Amino acid sequence: MQVRASRKVQGLGYAAPTAVFVAVFFLLPLLLVGQMSLNDWPLLAGDQGGNAPENYTDVTDGPLFWPAVRFTLLYTGIVTVVLLGLALLLALLVQESRPGAGFFRTVYFLPGALGLASASLLFWGLYSPTTGPLSRALERLGLVDDPVSFLGSPTSALLSTVFLVVWKFAGFYMLILLVGLQRIPHEVYEAARIDGASRAQIFRGITLPLLKPSLALSLLLCVTGSLLAFDQFFVLTKGGPDNSTVTVVQLVYREAFQRLDLGTAAALSIIVLAALLLLNALQFRGLRRADES
Amino acid sequence: MGSPAGSQGPVRRLVTAAVALIAAMGLATACGSGDGGSGDGGSGGGGGRAADAKGVDDGTTLTMWTRAATRPQSEALVKAYNASHENKVELTVIPTDDYQAKVGAAAGSRDLPDLFASDVVFVPNYTSSSLFADLTDRIDALPFADDLAQSHIKAGTYEDKKYVVPHTLDLSVLFYNKDLYRRAKLDPEKPPATLAEWDEQARAVDALGGGVNGTFFGGNCGGCGVFTWWPSIWAAGEDVLNEDGTEATLDSATAKKVYDTYRGWVDDDIVAPGARDETGATWTGVFPKGKVGVMPMPSTTLGLMPKDLDLGVAPIPGPDGGKSTFVGGDAIGISATSESADQAWNFLAWSLGDEAQVDVVAAHKDVVARTDLASNKHSAADPRLVTINKLVADGHTPYALKFGQTFNDPNGPWLTLMRDAVFGDGASVDKDNDAVSASLAD
Repeated sequence: MQVRASRKVQGLGYAAPTAVFVAVFFLLPLLLVGQMSLNDWPLLAGDQGGNAPENYTDVTDGPLFWPAVRFTLLYTGIVTVVLLGLALLLALLVQESRPGAGFFRTVYFLPGALGLASASLLFWGLYSPTTGPLSRALERLGLVDDPVSFLGSPTSALLSTVFLVVWKFAGFYMLILLVGLQRIPHEVYEAARIDGASRAQIFRGITLPLLKPSLALSLLLCVTGSLLAFDQFFVLTKGGPDNSTVTVVQLVYREAFQRLDLGTAAALSIIVLAALLLLNALQFRGLRRADES
Repeated sequence: MGSPAGSQGPVRRLVTAAVALIAAMGLATACGSGDGGSGDGGSGGGGGRAADAKGVDDGTTLTMWTRAATRPQSEALVKAYNASHENKVELTVIPTDDYQAKVGAAAGSRDLPDLFASDVVFVPNYTSSSLFADLTDRIDALPFADDLAQSHIKAGTYEDKKYVVPHTLDLSVLFYNKDLYRRAKLDPEKPPATLAEWDEQARAVDALGGGVNGTFFGGNCGGCGVFTWWPSIWAAGEDVLNEDGTEATLDSATAKKVYDTYRGWVDDDIVAPGARDETGATWTGVFPKGKVGVMPMPSTTLGLMPKDLDLGVAPIPGPDGGKSTFVGGDAIGISATSESADQAWNFLAWSLGDEAQVDVVAAHKDVVARTDLASNKHSAADPRLVTINKLVADGHTPYALKFGQTFNDPNGPWLTLMRDAVFGDGASVDKDNDAVSASLAD
């Protein structure tokens, strides 16, 4: 008994720092945000008393809310497909430990070492039709007559941003998938080859199924990250042109720091949080079911 | 296999993401939870005493914030003050786009510096939230009180109390390239006096070809539109907002005439490349390259133009003549929570005095904050400065509590109006103006 009790205390001791951390930096702010979302709370004047559920209805009635939801989902879809597809391709390319593989692994991973905001700023400079080198290079090569405006139309702005994100993160997801690939035992491949399986068959029958845990992890990370997209659009497009690239988190920022209303910003944050929890729960369920089958 | 690692990671990731999101909001919460400004607080409220006119210079260290857009002007003033006074001002320059958020957060946690400047159009936000100390008595005690740029004083007056003084004045004026004018066989001493002449001259310069363009503007920048387009409407004797800034008339016939001219430039490719994408970050960098004929520019950039660029300055005209300007720039006040209000006032009073205005501001080719100094020893050497200084009297500083979210917000209704009117066919201006009014009255 004595021993068990002391172990319990010990366990609590080990868990306490994390618990305190979570309480102070997660639960407490969460409660505060919840409280803010139920009150009239201008940024400059502070709490002005309860007004629930006005903040929530204000947010969902805003003209940019549904377009932002649609755009965030569209962006998430495109980024997830392109990014994970490319990451898988890269991982397969550098999977074998042959000379030079280390070099390419490093090169593919390198952009991931840059902060997203800095990378966005870098691309903003590259994309600029007036001062950027990309447009000028295309003009010099005679491929275009007029300066190219990479961020000028809704479609080009979206694709230019997707390109940045893929450039930045492909190496990171490659790394996750690479670890998964290298966990697949060689014997399985050998057995398949002896049975006369083709490359495509091996990929579909062995690589993909055995890679599922890594793919699942990548999927979750990518979807969550994309739904919370902010930096890249804030720096590159500011939601433009013509409000075509406003993401949901940008709206949170806009409510708080353009419209100076912390109440509606908090309400929107809670909505985003709820949507994220729901989406992730669904993803977990789907993946677990796939795992069992 | 590997499922423990495979499911722990995402959970933690999700929590991390949620923490990040919440922490960001939490930060704001923590800041917002102070009980706001409690009246005009602090030691500054008194006023009235004779010593107040000059403040106190006793070796106090004062903190001051300004935004990056007006950094050179603030730095010059602070440097000159620190060199000649016991008090020391420590200046912090904050990126222009982040300034509102930074002030808002600091206001909540009562961490505002002793002095903070603000884009004059945002001043009403701060005065109405009691962030500034009441300076009415101190300002009125200045011997040159009536000569201070009144549009700034007016923007900083709330419920009959004055809270700010002009800090740096930034006026919108036309810059035109005299070399290009000569090449296009235009008279370099005859800048446009009407919007129609501006149109003609821009087109004449544009016809030179070879990478030369007629004009330029920030087409994806609400603040640029306000700053450079509205003067053409004011020049016609019309206003764009009602008295208390809750309703817009940006769909008037005059306004539409202005949009039509700009749309013509876009349609006929008179505008330098990049106007449609220009978010305001680089719009003043186009003219100094010497390839643009005539465009509105901020007067604060005059001192920064290349020495070999032969440029003329003219007021922004209306459709049928007249002239006006947007009296922008920064106004500055003492924060309501400052404990060194007397010392802070010493800096402000000095910054408006003859010495600072002439030897620092005017010497830097900037607009003086006092109309009685419009002609000084520096402006005498450069007639362009007299043109700009005199414009202060013809200019406007619009007043609206919801100015930022309506006009500066890149996702706000005014930018939609601008782009519909100039890059579209202009058919939705009436509808867009209703959206602007709705945002102002929000």
